[in-house]
Amino acid sequence: MQQKTALHVHKPVGTYRYVQIILGVFFSAYLLWRLYVVLIAHPAYGPDTWLRFTIDGVVLGSVYALIAIGYTLVYGILFMINFAHGDVMMLGAFGGYFVFEALGAYKVSSSLSFLNAYPVISVILAFLAGMAVSSTAGYFLEKIAYRPLRGAPRLVPLISAVGASIFLENAAQLLFSTQRWDYTNPAVLNRGAGWNIHVGQGTVVVTYTGVLTIVVSVLIMIGLYLLVKRTRLGRAMRAVAENKSTAALMGVDVDGIISRTFIISGVLAGAAGVMWGIHLGLVYYYVGFIPGIKAFTAAVLGGIGSIPGAMLGGLFLGVVESLGPAVLGISFQLKDVIAFSILVLVLVFRPTGILGEVLSEEKV
Amino acid sequence: MPMLEVSDVHTYYGNIHALNGISISVEKGEIVTLIGGNGAGKTTTLRSIVGLLKPRQGHIVLDGEDLTQYKTHEIVNKGVAMVPEGRGIFARLTVTENLDMGAYSRKDQKGIQQDLDRVYTIFPRLKERRTQVGGTLSGGEQQMLAIGRALMTHPRLMLLDEPSMGLAPLLVESIFETIRSINKEGTTVLLVEQNALMALSIADRGYVVQTGRIVLQDKAAALRKNEMVRKAYLGEE
Ligand SMILES: Nc1ncnc2c1ncn2[C@@H]1O[C@H](COP(=O)(O)OP(=O)(O)OP(=O)(O)O)[C@@H](O)[C@H]1O
Ligand SMILES: [Mg+2]
Repeated sequence: MQQKTALHVHKPVGTYRYVQIILGVFFSAYLLWRLYVVLIAHPAYGPDTWLRFTIDGVVLGSVYALIAIGYTLVYGILFMINFAHGDVMMLGAFGGYFVFEALGAYKVSSSLSFLNAYPVISVILAFLAGMAVSSTAGYFLEKIAYRPLRGAPRLVPLISAVGASIFLENAAQLLFSTQRWDYTNPAVLNRGAGWNIHVGQGTVVVTYTGVLTIVVSVLIMIGLYLLVKRTRLGRAMRAVAENKSTAALMGVDVDGIISRTFIISGVLAGAAGVMWGIHLGLVYYYVGFIPGIKAFTAAVLGGIGSIPGAMLGGLFLGVVESLGPAVLGISFQLKDVIAFSILVLVLVFRPTGILGEVLSEEKV
Repeated sequence: MPMLEVSDVHTYYGNIHALNGISISVEKGEIVTLIGGNGAGKTTTLRSIVGLLKPRQGHIVLDGEDLTQYKTHEIVNKGVAMVPEGRGIFARLTVTENLDMGAYSRKDQKGIQQDLDRVYTIFPRLKERRTQVGGTLSGGEQQMLAIGRALMTHPRLMLLDEPSMGLAPLLVESIFETIRSINKEGTTVLLVEQNALMALSIADRGYVVQTGRIVLQDKAAALRKNEMVRKAYLGEE
């Protein structure tokens, strides 16, 4: 019933297989040699710097993971890439931004704003706002851009997704202009502030914003895991992902489950957007573009359709792009290139990703 | 008034005119079978009844209510269960989770527990395999699970699409025995089969479908004696 696409397995045969192996050996050898050079022969950085890179990577990776789960959930159910997902994240980032602005302007005493008087509540409110905005956006995105195309050839909703992405970015540009807005965190969450850890000769700052990002994203991922594995909704989501018509025969409102999947993806993207703002500090109308593509890469890397795959893929990508430039001895501005090279390599050599599975034919 | 009345239903796949005016009726408490060769339109008929396909013309009435306006999950919640062709087991869900899916829209915890006990009594094998995922079950076990799962929706009317497909003869007999006893306990059955002999042996009445039309209908016993049925579907000369 379902057509094979680029994301499906294809078995390499003959010379192609040898080319793969030879390239793989060369690439691994090169990596090992680079590691030897930067770690032992001519250590470019001390252990403190390596640790800092790694922590940065884990923080970014946990944001990618949250966004990647959204791609994977939607792909698992509709077999389409929701290219507007990064923009859904952007809207959530703005949701949190305006909460911080409003609370920053709201004075509880002559010198103290609500934001600084109650930082915990403020952060919670920002996350709730971001998640509310993104999940609403996700819900309507599906209703307006994808639902009418249910049953159309698979390329059609993909085109619609690209259109929706362009629409959302332009709408955001109209609303928020092209300016880059500074995310004003509560003072205790000042970017750069954190715990100092002594490593070798140097110190590493473990930032509060970074720790917040990791903790919140781990909590959300645990919540998602419990939702998918333990609840009635989660069971229905898994059933719909496996076989829509049989799920309907169990009395499941398939369209309702699809809507909820977009809402959940939106919740995750909204949280990611607020983290992005809090940790990295700037939001603008296309702020979702790069993390969106990175998270898509992460989802493909982990095996699109697999939730643990998206989590691992996100983390892996975050760490690799953070360590990559140092290991390869290239400019740090090229870290995006690393991510996209990985995307291309995975799509060419292992389209099912690390934890990828062969999708069953009767799924659609 | 029949429980289910399908009248002059036309269903299409794109331009393919798969059902060309099908009319059947099922009385409460009956087992009615639909027999016919490959591509006759049996599956299409069942899929039209449960709303997985929308007929372009005709009516499907369950206890006085036209079903064609409803979505599949609404029709299921009105008491129609279907055991689909190829069983449609959720391969990555455990046996228990598959059965729980059957009870998805039910709130009556006591009734659900009773039905679960009943399913485990009918199919003790499923109880042994409770924690196993559906994909690792044998064909026969999957068929048991598919029937058990349909029972969990607590249906008034159960549609079965080729439950004998791919099963060893002994197992086919036991599945048909089960269908008969489910029917005795009060569930009306509409059974689609290529195994006409078995189907006619448990059915009250039967219809013969050919290229999207009903070409013959009669009491099961009479159909078994019918010249054309014997030649075409019972493999006799
Ligand atoms: N998805 C589809 N797209 C197009 N045509 C279809 C589709 N499914 C079935 N058909 C056509 O509709 C007609 C009826 O098919 P149906 O599946 O109802 O037959 P059946 O009686 O169930 O056969 P079988 O005993 O082989 O299962 C056939 O001619 C078939 O080719
Ligand atoms: Mg069939």
